Amino acid sequence: MELQAVLMAAGGGSRMTDLTYNTPKAMLPVGNKPLIWYPLNLLERVGFEEVIVITTKEVQKMMSMDPKIKVEVKMKLDVVCIQEDGDMGTADALRHIQQKIKTDILVVSCDLITDVALHEVVDLFRAHNATLAMLMSKAHEFTETVPGQKGKKKTAEQRDFVGVDQSGQRLLFMANEADLEDGLSLRKSVIRKHPRMHIRTGLVDAHLYCLKKAVVDFLSENKSISSIRGELLPYLVRKQFSKTSPLNSEGEAAKFLFLMLLCVIRTFMVRAQELSCWNDHRGDMSEAYHGGKLRCYVHILEQGLCCRVNTLAAYIEANRLAPKLFEEPAVHPSSVISERCQMGSDSIIGALCQVADKTSIKRSTIGNSTTVKEKVKIANSIIMHGVTIEEGCNIQGSVICSNAVIGRGADLKYCLVGSGQWIEPEAERTNEVIVGTDQLMEI
Amino acid sequence: MADSGVTDGPGKKGEIERVKNEGKELSKEEKQRLRKEKKQQKKSKEKKDDKESEKEKKPGGSTATVPQAQPSTQKAPPAVPAPVSNSVPASEVAVATEKPTKSKAELKAERRARQDAERATKQTKKGEPGQQGATGKPKAPPSELLPVVKRLSEHVQVDDPDVLKKLAKKLERQQIPLRSDYGYKVSLFSHLHQYSRKAPPTQQLSIPSTVIHPAIVRLGLQYSQGIVAGSNARSVALLHAFKQVIRDYTTPPNEELSRDLVNKLKPYISFLNQCRPLSASMGNAIKYIKKEISNIPSQCKEEEAKNKLLTSIEWYIKEKIILAATAIAHSSIEKISDGDVILVYGCSSLVNHILCEAYDKQRKFRVIVVDSRPRLEGREALRRLVQKGISCTYVLISAVSYILPEVSKVFLGAHALLANGYVMSRVGTSQIALVAKAFNVPVLVCCETYKFCERVQTDSFVSNELDDPDDLIVTRKGKTQLAGWQQVASLGLLNLVYDVTPPDFVDLVITDLGMIPCTSVPVVLRVKNVDQ
Repeated sequence: MELQAVLMAAGGGSRMTDLTYNTPKAMLPVGNKPLIWYPLNLLERVGFEEVIVITTKEVQKMMSMDPKIKVEVKMKLDVVCIQEDGDMGTADALRHIQQKIKTDILVVSCDLITDVALHEVVDLFRAHNATLAMLMSKAHEFTETVPGQKGKKKTAEQRDFVGVDQSGQRLLFMANEADLEDGLSLRKSVIRKHPRMHIRTGLVDAHLYCLKKAVVDFLSENKSISSIRGELLPYLVRKQFSKTSPLNSEGEAAKFLFLMLLCVIRTFMVRAQELSCWNDHRGDMSEAYHGGKLRCYVHILEQGLCCRVNTLAAYIEANRLAPKLFEEPAVHPSSVISERCQMGSDSIIGALCQVADKTSIKRSTIGNSTTVKEKVKIANSIIMHGVTIEEGCNIQGSVICSNAVIGRGADLKYCLVGSGQWIEPEAERTNEVIVGTDQLMEI
Repeated sequence: MADSGVTDGPGKKGEIERVKNEGKELSKEEKQRLRKEKKQQKKSKEKKDDKESEKEKKPGGSTATVPQAQPSTQKAPPAVPAPVSNSVPASEVAVATEKPTKSKAELKAERRARQDAERATKQTKKGEPGQQGATGKPKAPPSELLPVVKRLSEHVQVDDPDVLKKLAKKLERQQIPLRSDYGYKVSLFSHLHQYSRKAPPTQQLSIPSTVIHPAIVRLGLQYSQGIVAGSNARSVALLHAFKQVIRDYTTPPNEELSRDLVNKLKPYISFLNQCRPLSASMGNAIKYIKKEISNIPSQCKEEEAKNKLLTSIEWYIKEKIILAATAIAHSSIEKISDGDVILVYGCSSLVNHILCEAYDKQRKFRVIVVDSRPRLEGREALRRLVQKGISCTYVLISAVSYILPEVSKVFLGAHALLANGYVMSRVGTSQIALVAKAFNVPVLVCCETYKFCERVQTDSFVSNELDDPDDLIVTRKGKTQLAGWQQVASLGLLNLVYDVTPPDFVDLVITDLGMIPCTSVPVVLRVKNVDQ
């Protein structure tokens, strides 16, 4: 077997608590499909037959009840449950399933929606015998107004600095702004080997990694690493250029073991490489790959959809773009739509909905089992499952979570209505986040 | 003997027998002939039994027999309808109750007449002798009954839609995606494949590749991207990948390792061929492996058989590549004297090895490395020689006539040595040999014997390789002149990989068997075949 897929679905959605306090992030509806369906669909399309899903008990229960996943996903899902308290990082989760891992792995996050041709990432991993191959994409600005955002979007998102070589494939440098104290410092050993480096900041990490099995074994030895993205990746990128002498001043047995693990396999490729007349760089006297055994590669997606749904703005954007990926009818056949409803072409309506007369639905997503009464105007909004919208409402640019009830004649602009909330009739709210009182305590 | 002429199930056996036949001693041929005669006797007996069941035949059944009669031979005409009738009764039972129009005797006569007619047309077609296959796998040497049947390899018949269709069908059967050609091909070379590096062969493969072993997928990718390039490197990498395949192989129940493993390797070889056409050295290595596998006695246990195969592959690499290189270096060093100026072209692993060995043996010489676009392999050769400490000069091939008056010897590597003494090597080699001949500079070709090929070629057009035409596009000072070459109707980009040098330009061939003139290649091939 060549690769095993591991889907990380235990994340809590810490950057969009308003949406996730009732529904776990993995089951948030995007385009009327649960978020976890998208990476599962990607893996299935590409040809995987089995996936190890690391998630919480709640998500597992919801997954087993969800018709979309039960019926449409034909792969065998090996669900591993971990505690919900959030202490386990992604690397800890890998350590937890180390027994199940027999070959190289492909780690995917549950919040990735993309139409990338996966073979581009995996080909880098295969052809160059890389230790790590990852996917990154050019970040797009979010144009939609986010409900509940007071003033201009001043999110001081921590920038990621990614350094790649001439070809744009070899990963030379990776650091987050938060880790850099005074400025960005580059090691001389890197510059000596790769004099031309392109440093890019506008990239989004798709959280899709191909890792060698030796890395998982290394993680089990080295228990101090708990996050793949935050700690393991920068470590691997740094280690590409460090000296491989086993008698390091640090002398950590783990590092030595790791490098030895890599050196043991594929000694025969060395002979073929010696005879081959190929080199990945020119201008200096070193052999291919500068003799380094640890190599990290990145595939940067310039065109195409690659969206990570981990903030509210990303969630809204994803709802806009995700339906375009699949050719599905805009209106689910089981829904009852009256003829005098004006529905724009960009809208989707889920199963078992009831939409009454004289309603206007533009550029919106309506979830399953939702009831929309007469004379309602919905524009640019996301309505989740089981919502009831009474007559005469006007909803613009808002996100209404599941099982909410919007009273008659309410006027909501750019609001976020939490799960199960009741908006009183004739209410007028603009740019507000309406959640339950018990949630206000959580920070 | 080569065509066993039986269908489906027995047909596969025939194929395997054909593979086994290549280069075997007569005793094995005799055994197979005996086996075949027994089969024919059995079939004629069955045919007599089936004549009763044939009374139930329908028109639907007869059409089914026609395509199955295609692979018939001159040798066994009665054998053909018999297996055909074996497979037909199954389809007949469904059709049995439907159309009672003609009488059974008439149908039989019709069918027999049709088969005879087709057999006659087939014989006339086969009568034309064709060129030998370019993959280096000629059909088995004929028995005294059949004439030699040579078929053109499909990879030099790309402009023939029937051949392409057959190839597509074969790949579909093996579940390997077909790689499509790219760009406009220059008319003289439109019979060859031209692939683009941006469309890798893994595009349509499933990601945890189950049909093809992961080691082979990796190898195919490395071939198509040029990471493993050069005749020796490709052969060594291929052999190592096959070792991995053999290690991971388990014999399915009711199958013999010697037969099943060869069948497993066939789709892998097709896949590698799709990634990059196989070289002559790779073809010889594959022939060797297949022979070793089919020589495994059936009572051998699986573990033992696998170990035997792994050792034999190791032996092949050690003896035919590594030791051969040492032997060639040993002979060549006698030809290098102090004060020599040696010209090399491109990056040949063998020539580099020779020069490094000569330097270690304290010979005083300097090297001129000639390089050419678009591959610019000479830079890699330059790096390795300079790293060793040899003083080098670097020129492009356009300056060869300028620099030749300084040169005392030319050392060239070879991709393959053809049976008529021609040397097949990187494009540009024949130019160098020609100019060297004009300047009376001796040209020495270094080539291991495992690269000797039974093909005959006198020009570089018939069988060659077209590389990605986009490699010729270069960007200087931010401007790419050829960027829109596909839109210009009268412009074609040609990126040839190989060319052939006639033996008149080559003074000596240094092989592990000694130093021979170019014209002695067929002798070596003959000696090799007798050995095997």
